[in-house]
Amino acid sequence: MTVIELDDIYKTYTESVVPVHAVNGVSVGIDKGEFTAIVGPSGCGKTTLLNMIGGLDAPTKGKIRIEGEDISRLSDKQLVDFRLHNIGFVFQAYNLIPVLTVRENIRFIMELEHRDSKEMQQRVEYLLEKLDMKDKLNVRPKYLSGGQQQRVAVARALASHPKFVLADEPTANLDSHATEVLLELMATMNKEEEMTFIFSTHDQRVMDKARRIITLEDGKVVGDAKTGI
Amino acid sequence: MRQYLKLSWRNLWRNKRRTLITVASVFLAVLLAVCMRSLQKGTYANMTSNAVRFSTGYIQIHAKGYQDNRSINNSFEKGEMLDSVLTANSNVSLSVPRLESFVLASSGNHTKGVQVTGIIPELENKMNNISGRVTDGHYLTDGYDGLLVGDGIANYLGLRVGDTMVLLGQGYHGITAAAQFPVTGIFHFPDGRMNNALVYLSLHNARNLFAAPDLTTSMSLLLHDPARQQATVEQLRQALDSNQWEVLNWQTLNKELTQEIAGDNAGGIIMLFILYVVIAFGVFGTMLMMTMERSKEFAVMIAIGMRRSQLAILLFFETVFIGLLGISSGVAVALPVLLYFKINPVKITGTAAEMFIQFGLEPIMPASLDPYIFVNQGITVFLISFAASIYPLMYIGRFKILGALKK
Ligand SMILES: Nc1ncnc2c1ncn2[C@@H]1O[C@H](COP(=O)(O)OP(=O)(O)O)[C@@H](O)[C@H]1O
Ligand SMILES: [Mg+2]
Repeated sequence: MTVIELDDIYKTYTESVVPVHAVNGVSVGIDKGEFTAIVGPSGCGKTTLLNMIGGLDAPTKGKIRIEGEDISRLSDKQLVDFRLHNIGFVFQAYNLIPVLTVRENIRFIMELEHRDSKEMQQRVEYLLEKLDMKDKLNVRPKYLSGGQQQRVAVARALASHPKFVLADEPTANLDSHATEVLLELMATMNKEEEMTFIFSTHDQRVMDKARRIITLEDGKVVGDAKTGI
Repeated sequence: MRQYLKLSWRNLWRNKRRTLITVASVFLAVLLAVCMRSLQKGTYANMTSNAVRFSTGYIQIHAKGYQDNRSINNSFEKGEMLDSVLTANSNVSLSVPRLESFVLASSGNHTKGVQVTGIIPELENKMNNISGRVTDGHYLTDGYDGLLVGDGIANYLGLRVGDTMVLLGQGYHGITAAAQFPVTGIFHFPDGRMNNALVYLSLHNARNLFAAPDLTTSMSLLLHDPARQQATVEQLRQALDSNQWEVLNWQTLNKELTQEIAGDNAGGIIMLFILYVVIAFGVFGTMLMMTMERSKEFAVMIAIGMRRSQLAILLFFETVFIGLLGISSGVAVALPVLLYFKINPVKITGTAAEMFIQFGLEPIMPASLDPYIFVNQGITVFLISFAASIYPLMYIGRFKILGALKK
């Protein structure tokens, strides 16, 4: 079942003197439960594409439908709520909230959703267990290594059971142990909670785990293949 | 809610020094503002209560026209009707009748124009405790003894207690008023003008002198609650025939003092305004920095599902915290200081003191602990810090997430 549908998407940035055509006619369908990597050289439009799927950026032309809903019709506020309840974002830089502890960062989205506190506590414990970071519960981000921070950022994104996880080069700054742990967790969530994952990546270790690889070049899809995993 | 409070509070302390400096500026402003207003209000209240006790009371009742033409011919007979109106009014604590007119006073070769005030000694003393101001001799005891004279007049005329003073002037309807009285006592008020101008007689003697039996020129009223003065004026005007009576408040009767207070008050408000502008910019600068430097963090928060309005609440709480910390610490320090100065008023010296004395006031500045001052300054500072957060809040409402995310 196709849950994310990109229909002839274009994105042109006109803020600079020369217009930049970041995305040039991309049409892709993503099914529920996919574990897909978008790959391609730097500047090929991966981030732009993910941002548009998450409603952070709007296509210049074309439609994005998520579960049948045209998201260009949503207001700024509706988009925020849509992201809150449906999408987990993971950024390349860790982007944790510096004044909150690990536990509070992971609970952040669930708190915005007014989840039950018992449920939140269990979820935090479960995720930290999986990420091998139980001892860091009450530590603030600045006392963590980059790899640890990114694990917390992923836990934050996954905590509230989003339907879709959009991860923009999540492992770009990580050592192999951290990458391993993260991929493991994401694979588990994909399998057990049927979350749909879309990564952008250069990272071979990520591509090795992906079940579908979409290759972009100059904002166009030049390859789309199942890996058979 | 708790979530917002927690986040705001912690955000506040990310840059401890900056927050402390900002809070300190609010603190200082509140401290200064509260102390200044307290001393001003205290002084005004002191001025007023002094002035009204020694002169007109908070409210004075005359025969209609007396205010414009202060002649003994514009006097009235204080009948039962007026008495019952005054007793019926719950805010009137004391009503004091007087008969006032001008005469020439002489002793030996010297002559001086003075104001004779006929008083009921016991009532007058309740109002302004003149007996405590008598420096020589004694206070008037009943209706028939002599006169009480200011030490300025006594010196000028070379009078001592027991000497005789001759009074000569015009009585009711142009009848010649002439009499002589022994000096019973000499008084000294802080107001030099009063010492040089006032002679007190018993009402009985004054009526005889002016051939004005049963007549009175004014009824001066003290009030239980001076704050309800205007309402009481209205009530009395309702009860008394306006063709026959005039009911005036002290502000009308004592324009000099009213203007003096209004002028000083305006000066104070200008000072406060300048102070407030300065702190408004301080708080604004801090809030602006706190907002701009976190634009990426805000963008991430919006990206993961936080509404801009929720961010605005967060920012608003941060401003509120700065305001509250500044206000509460300012008030906390001001209170004991002002309490001290309420009990031990600041003594004024030099030319300022002379000005006070000239206006008939003791040269002191008592502090006022009127809660109104604290509440007022608190609310003002609060509104100012709120205003200082308007621009940052607007920024939150419209900054571009993508641009901020890419930083
Ligand atoms: N806000 C922007 N304004 C102008 N050009 C942009 C903007 N964002 C991205 N681009 C350009 O769009 C192209 C695609 O960028 P991006 O999606 O970030 O690529 P990738 O993530 O694959 O490295 C690049 O050429 C980049 O310079
Ligand atoms: Mg990118």
